[in-house]
Amino acid sequence: MALDGNEKREFKVIGQRVNRPDGIDKVTGKALFGADLTAPGMLTGRILRSPHAHARIVSIDTSAALAMPGVKAVVTNADLAEPQDDFFRDIKDNVLARDKALYDGHAVAAVAATSRSAARAAIRAIKVEYEQLPHVTDVDDAMKADAPVVQAGRADESVPAGSSPNVTSHFEFGHGDLEAGFAKADTILERSFKTAATHQGYIEPHACLATLGHDGRGELWCCTQGQYNVRTICSQVCGIEATQLRVTASEIGGGFGGKTTCFIEPVALALARKSGKPVKIVMSREEVFRASGPTVSSSSDVKIGMTKDGRITAAQAKLRYQGGAFPCGTVEFGAQAAFAAYDLDAVQTLGWNVLTNRPKEVAYRAPGAPMAIYAVESVVDELCQELGLDPLDVRLKNAARKGTLASYGPTFNDIGLVATLEAAKAHPHYGAPLGENQGRGLSCGFWFNFGGNTCVSLNINHDGTVGVVEGNPDIGGSRASISMMAAEELGIGYDKVRTVITDTNSLGFNDVTDGSRVTFAVGLATIEAARAAIREMCKRAAQIWGIDAEAVVWEDGAAKPSGPNAGDHPPMTLAEIAAVMDNTGGPIAGHHEVNADGAGVSFGVHLVDTEVDTETGATKILRYTVFQDAGKAIHPDYVEGQMQGGAVQGIGWALNEEYIYGEDGRLQNAGFLDYRVPVASDLPEIETVILEIPNPGHPYGVRGVGETPIVPPLAALSNAVSRAANVRMHELPMSPPRLLKAMSER
Amino acid sequence: MKNTHVTTTVNGDAVEFICEPDETLLDALRNRLGLTGAKEGCGTGDCGACSVNLNGRLVCSCLVLAAEAEGAQVETIEGMADGEALHPLQRIFIEKAALQCGICTPGILVAAKALLEKNPDPSETEIRYWLAGNLCRCTGYDKIIKAVQAAAAEMRSA
Repeated sequence: MALDGNEKREFKVIGQRVNRPDGIDKVTGKALFGADLTAPGMLTGRILRSPHAHARIVSIDTSAALAMPGVKAVVTNADLAEPQDDFFRDIKDNVLARDKALYDGHAVAAVAATSRSAARAAIRAIKVEYEQLPHVTDVDDAMKADAPVVQAGRADESVPAGSSPNVTSHFEFGHGDLEAGFAKADTILERSFKTAATHQGYIEPHACLATLGHDGRGELWCCTQGQYNVRTICSQVCGIEATQLRVTASEIGGGFGGKTTCFIEPVALALARKSGKPVKIVMSREEVFRASGPTVSSSSDVKIGMTKDGRITAAQAKLRYQGGAFPCGTVEFGAQAAFAAYDLDAVQTLGWNVLTNRPKEVAYRAPGAPMAIYAVESVVDELCQELGLDPLDVRLKNAARKGTLASYGPTFNDIGLVATLEAAKAHPHYGAPLGENQGRGLSCGFWFNFGGNTCVSLNINHDGTVGVVEGNPDIGGSRASISMMAAEELGIGYDKVRTVITDTNSLGFNDVTDGSRVTFAVGLATIEAARAAIREMCKRAAQIWGIDAEAVVWEDGAAKPSGPNAGDHPPMTLAEIAAVMDNTGGPIAGHHEVNADGAGVSFGVHLVDTEVDTETGATKILRYTVFQDAGKAIHPDYVEGQMQGGAVQGIGWALNEEYIYGEDGRLQNAGFLDYRVPVASDLPEIETVILEIPNPGHPYGVRGVGETPIVPPLAALSNAVSRAANVRMHELPMSPPRLLKAMSER
Repeated sequence: MKNTHVTTTVNGDAVEFICEPDETLLDALRNRLGLTGAKEGCGTGDCGACSVNLNGRLVCSCLVLAAEAEGAQVETIEGMADGEALHPLQRIFIEKAALQCGICTPGILVAAKALLEKNPDPSETEIRYWLAGNLCRCTGYDKIIKAVQAAAAEMRSA
């Protein structure tokens, strides 16, 4: 659906900073999240996890546990269905291990009991005999020929012959003559980088409440980014027909991509089926760290050639991502995104996905892009330093723009990179003075954005209010933006619209809340559903007036006669048409179903000033500014919120957050004390500048904004710290010990 | 082990409940009394999502045994609004978009209220350090800090 041909449209509701509809529930404690629901006769479910990084499961003896008072059911992998598709079988074998425990924390068995203490005791009574196997947790080690094999036979046809069995897929993108390009360069830099695995770190652990009756019908309540996706997975993994499993999404306490799959839901359903009672499972924080999805860790090499006036002549990136014990596709996104900000004649990216004995990787905000762009933007910055060039001017000189052949294939349409860079250059932050041990860094960021399957119903009520029914969990205020778009299109007040997120049996299929798709795709479907309702309301008015429906237009929330009939009848408002709809043909509702394309790509630029402590290696953030193209900011507060929140997650990734594994392959920091996410006192104000370069694929010009902001902080921080400390950093996180060591070796 | 009987006051009302001896105050509030506003984000006192006020002191209710509430005064997020009237912090958090997913919001509001009762005019740095025990993963804290500043200003002028 194309941008409306009225770019100078005066919006009435769009762009306002209205109160979100779920605000009062959330500030009073009334909102119900995953762990907040109970059911009569409910059991507590609990999961037994492997203490080993890699071990064959020789036997599981559950008899003692089952004999304990209050224990109603025990399940293992054998109690689940046998999906044919690898994708679902991997989820099954992740939620309960098949014949091998593949990582520290891998689920092995689960119990349901009448109390928390009974469940805990039963878990201890399950006897598992393990045969420990050699393990590997580092991506470069896992690619060696003699590496322990995590899972055999998982390589797809893309993997070059002679690769380690842990390599599961290989990607290659690019165009142009690399050799000729590098020959034109005045300076060529080639650097290697590493980034640690980080966790999405949502504050709400995974939680669900499942019932599965003797009639085979199930009810599932869970915190998820996509109830339809949960239904699909659980149907496959538990052997339930889709329509027999109604999934309702609770309020969700953060996701960031991490709640786009299942960990506990199929287990709770299996326990509910076996016990005949409702079963609730709530993960502990330790379980969240050990067994829900972190992002990939990466190892990469980037080579860039530049002329002495700052033109990039050729660029190459080799990216190696480990995504845990099951195949993942994440490096493909990294390889596509790496050079997206640049207009290049010769570019190549190569990517390898690799298995290790770590938890199965799950999406984390712009999955795959931050670590690739970190490496690229670090090399660009070092080249600028070496050639004495201004890093913003160099980005502008090489910036992708409309008509640029992107390194991953498409030719860009209207994109906001140049405007975003120019806004950064014009901002007072860029020219502000710096002191001793201080440095300024910048980085571009990019994300593709997504549209996808979307279904919306919009119901006109007799009293002139409107109900919007959609199917995408609201993680950051999307109910407000969807209501705003419905109100704008209908020409009524925001307070007359209520948007609800419904269960899987009450609306057609919707893709997960991911890919920064909701404001774009659900918004687009809401606008189209409103237009369908408007067409019907115009028809009803025409019927009342006895004129042709084509002779009626919708303006300012009312039907008006137009053309030769203009002025013959007073306008009929939405409320007036709704009040008499029983007599003009019955209920009025608009629908729209679409697999939306046209999600415009998104660019951002981050500027950061840091000061390094030469005695401790600690980094202090002095100033931080985010510039990003939102296409059209529907609710500016929540656009800024995405920009600020993404930036701070990236700051954590750059400075502190990492999965730390011991020699034994066990995770050593499975808690918020040792896995340190940013806290309020670590940070300054996060300034934001929203650019609005309309996306041609949305009627109001919306681009998704959720993911791009986590991309630039990694390189922006690394560039700022490298300049402040006068030593180039090539590994994340730049935790105090790592930075101190680098400074001592400079 | 036998369960324990506890008599306490929650948000001004006398309540009684039975709990296991090793049960946390957080679990008792949530599972025995149905007050699910306090959340468990970590169970180890690192995230602050379970913040409540116990005898005038801000605590992580996941680190307090339910049995310790015997004879105590407990205040939770459910007691923060006065009937239909929201506390200024609650209203301003909505107006200034100081929440995204909202899971940390009850804990942050309880903690911020405790700060403003102690110090009606905190500096930005004081607010940031006071709230350093309350993790928020969505907002980057910016709008939270500004909302607390705005609420403090409004409460001072009231």
